[in-house]
Amino acid sequence: MNGWSALDHFLRTDPRDVGCAEAMQMLHIYAELTAAGAPAEQGYPGIAAHLRACGPCGEDFDGLLAALHSEKD
Amino acid sequence: MGAADSGVGQTRAAATRLDAESAEWLQALAGSGSRQEAALARLHAMLVRIAHGEVRRRSQRLRITGPELDDLAYQAAADALVAITGKLGQFRGESRFTTWAYKFVIFEVSAKIGRHFWRHPSVPFDAEDWDRLPDRFGFDPTQGAEWRDLLTALHRAVDEQLTARQRQVFVAIVLNQVPLDTLVIELASNRNAIYKTLFDARRKLRAVLAADGYIGNDCVGSS
Repeated sequence: MNGWSALDHFLRTDPRDVGCAEAMQMLHIYAELTAAGAPAEQGYPGIAAHLRACGPCGEDFDGLLAALHSEKD
Repeated sequence: MGAADSGVGQTRAAATRLDAESAEWLQALAGSGSRQEAALARLHAMLVRIAHGEVRRRSQRLRITGPELDDLAYQAAADALVAITGKLGQFRGESRFTTWAYKFVIFEVSAKIGRHFWRHPSVPFDAEDWDRLPDRFGFDPTQGAEWRDLLTALHRAVDEQLTARQRQVFVAIVLNQVPLDTLVIELASNRNAIYKTLFDARRKLRAVLAADGYIGNDCVGSS
């Protein structure tokens, strides 16, 4: 990603974005659906939009997903 | 930011049936005596395992190593256990119990990493070195003529269009690369409020730059 696209990406906001509070409240449901291969993004587009834009919530989502996958190891 | 399509309502409506394993966890943890003690010990061991896995996963990007990282994992597991046992009544069965529990320990790891960087900041939260701006977005120094006007306009918009709070959050997170969870502690705020402040700042800056012809005026999902 070059400077122009990085700045464009940073400034781009999605009106569906539900914010951190709601994403954190729903994260276990969204992660479990994702781990099961279900179309979580279609069911929860506002959560998906938020996780794409918010670094900390995206990191928590990745961590929760990794925890779920670790159960299978 | 909107909440209408988050799905909270649909999951609440469906959250009446517990799977057998989740029901067993709830009964044991809400009970008493040796059964409860055994469940607490089992849950704690599980949380420690997840916390260790999570700090290992994040460790390459952190300036935390060795025993300090282990301590962070154990503290996160202990605090998560307290949070979970205090909120058992809030578990509604929308996921397995263990998935819900893992979420708490992941959040605790994040909060403790944020606190670590608050205690050991690499730059002052309010430092303002605008020469860092090109690097923050990965602009090529050899092509400065192409982006200098854009970044000058961005700097001007930050100064003239943002509220004092929006500017403070922009400077800390973008210029100084303060982790959002660390800024939460510094400003005695919460993740949602800081994110919303930055979200509004981003939208405002995009509108200003678009009005001046520097970038397009589209936003995701608005069509």
